[in-house]
Amino acid sequence: MIGAVQVLLLLLVAFGSMQVVRTRDPLNQAIAVSLYGLVLALVFFVFQAPDVALSQIVVGAVALPLMIVLTLLKVKRNDQARAAEERAQADGVEGDAQTPQPAEARE
Amino acid sequence: MKARMILFALGAAGLATVTIAGARGIPPAGAYHGAYGEVLNAVAVGERKATDVVSAVNFDYRGLDTLGEEFILFASVIAVSAILRKQEDEEEDESEDHWEPRKAPDSDAVRVLAVMLVPLMVCFGIYMVTSGAVSPGGGFQGGVVLATAPLLVYLCAHAKSYLRIAPPPLVKGGEAVGAAGYALVGILGLFAGKAFLENVVPLGSAGEAWSGGTIFLLNLTVGVAVAAGFVELLSVFVEEVLRKETK
Repeated sequence: MIGAVQVLLLLLVAFGSMQVVRTRDPLNQAIAVSLYGLVLALVFFVFQAPDVALSQIVVGAVALPLMIVLTLLKVKRNDQARAAEERAQADGVEGDAQTPQPAEARE
Repeated sequence: MKARMILFALGAAGLATVTIAGARGIPPAGAYHGAYGEVLNAVAVGERKATDVVSAVNFDYRGLDTLGEEFILFASVIAVSAILRKQEDEEEDESEDHWEPRKAPDSDAVRVLAVMLVPLMVCFGIYMVTSGAVSPGGGFQGGVVLATAPLLVYLCAHAKSYLRIAPPPLVKGGEAVGAAGYALVGILGLFAGKAFLENVVPLGSAGEAWSGGTIFLLNLTVGVAVAAGFVELLSVFVEEVLRKETK
């Protein structure tokens, strides 16, 4: 028999998953998916699967958001590096093309 | 009304209809009609001295499946390391300073919290890895908890501290030893003249720290492999930052 706690948590999961999708900024989304992972772990727990709940906590609330955040960090760095390179080339500094310096460094 | 809203309304109505119709046929929560599970619940504690039957299934009765899962993680870590490795055409970038090296955070609160959390996470991780046969948890869950300790150090201290507690040779070695350890524990069974992964070491008594025989040993190897695997993933992502900061 499904109790009130189970129903409440299932509704929270439905609401939470929608909010994760509705979050547009990837960084905010990583935090949202982490919270969503915790709620999902609670659902596993109240449906008497504590082993799975523990796996869900460590993967859903720690590992997955961590991978997302680290990936965003790496992408951002690559973007910064490319932007700096393009700025240097747009400035048309001769002889500087092989070792383009970021704009901030030259100021 | 836009056409796509009509399309959505039609789709949503259809989905709701089949979902509700389907949900009406779901057996009540907790209903179970499999014979295999009932048998295991009845015999696992007596046969394997493991009070957590889920662990007994994962690491003993179906230990071979878990060996496969272990190598899925192993292969994933290798794949990520290979894809994110330093490419030859990136060498040029190394001399440049496109971004500021990350410093340890100035906030005392963050550092104090990390100092308090790191030993807690290490203790909890070791507890979880070692009590896999007794209570929920086990090598995988405990391993990821252990891996969060270096992550906290990375977030809250200088990169040198991170490299000191998680030196790359140790992490790579741990990953290899953990993954190989699982197979070696399985081979113990062959040496004893039994089947691969058969439980051949003393079982101990149910509920004690040492119980479950190879279930305990396999949890240890999985704990080492998973912890090292996740730290390795983290290291791959932050490698260039570390190189820059420790120069």
